[in-house]
Amino acid sequence: MIELAHFQIVAAALFAIGLYGVLSRRSAVLILMSIELMLNAVNVNLIGFAAFADIADPSRALGQVIVVFVITIAAAELALALAIILRLYRNRSTVNVDEVNLMKW
Amino acid sequence: MSLSLIVFFIAAAIALGGALGVVMTRNIVYAAFSLLASLMGVAGLFLTAFAEFLALVQVLIYGGAIVIVILFALMLTRIQDFENLSGNRQWPVAALVSAVVFGLLVASVFSTTVRTVADRQAVSLDDLGRTLFEQWAVPFEIASLVLLVALIGVVVMVGANGRRE
Repeated sequence: MIELAHFQIVAAALFAIGLYGVLSRRSAVLILMSIELMLNAVNVNLIGFAAFADIADPSRALGQVIVVFVITIAAAELALALAIILRLYRNRSTVNVDEVNLMKW
Repeated sequence: MSLSLIVFFIAAAIALGGALGVVMTRNIVYAAFSLLASLMGVAGLFLTAFAEFLALVQVLIYGGAIVIVILFALMLTRIQDFENLSGNRQWPVAALVSAVVFGLLVASVFSTTVRTVADRQAVSLDDLGRTLFEQWAVPFEIASLVLLVALIGVVVMVGANGRRE
């Protein structure tokens, strides 16, 4: 039988893998993909909690509603971040985040 | 072992295997397709939690839009020098940090008690629609506005400026 802990552990593993990608990669596009993985880990957690909520609870669909918002904001964030990466590539001819130090003093 | 648990483990294996592919591979196009596999695995996890509408949304938005947009971004930026972009000297530190975070999350999962029911129950689409469009209607409209503003910002940032140069 599936338990809530299963969802939580899979979500934790997905989050940790995404965090490793964010910290260890140097390509901006790959960092963005890893951020998407982390957002999906949060979604798995929310869906798991929504499925195991009390049936009498009037706000038990709230977990799924928050997932809808997370997916919306993730799409907006991804579009904006890719636009920034394209501008960056046009101006500096690189997507390596180590070489982007315009704001570093 | 019940059938649903087997389906859950298959979906979890696809999700985690795809995620490992994203962070491990040295070819960025493979990374994009691994991301697609991982997101489809997450959609499978949604199905095992009876969130069939969100599984559909996940396939449509992530599989149909986000991965395509990422592939277009890869097409528009140069990826020949990806080999020396993929690694980082700090990777042992990154592995240590993410392992510690994973340990902390698992420890907090097992040390907190949540008031839950014994088995998972479906959230009906009716319930989801009512909560979303009655109780959360205003945040929903604001989210659509945020999306509109973000997309106009993308067009301004990438498109219009190029013509002026």
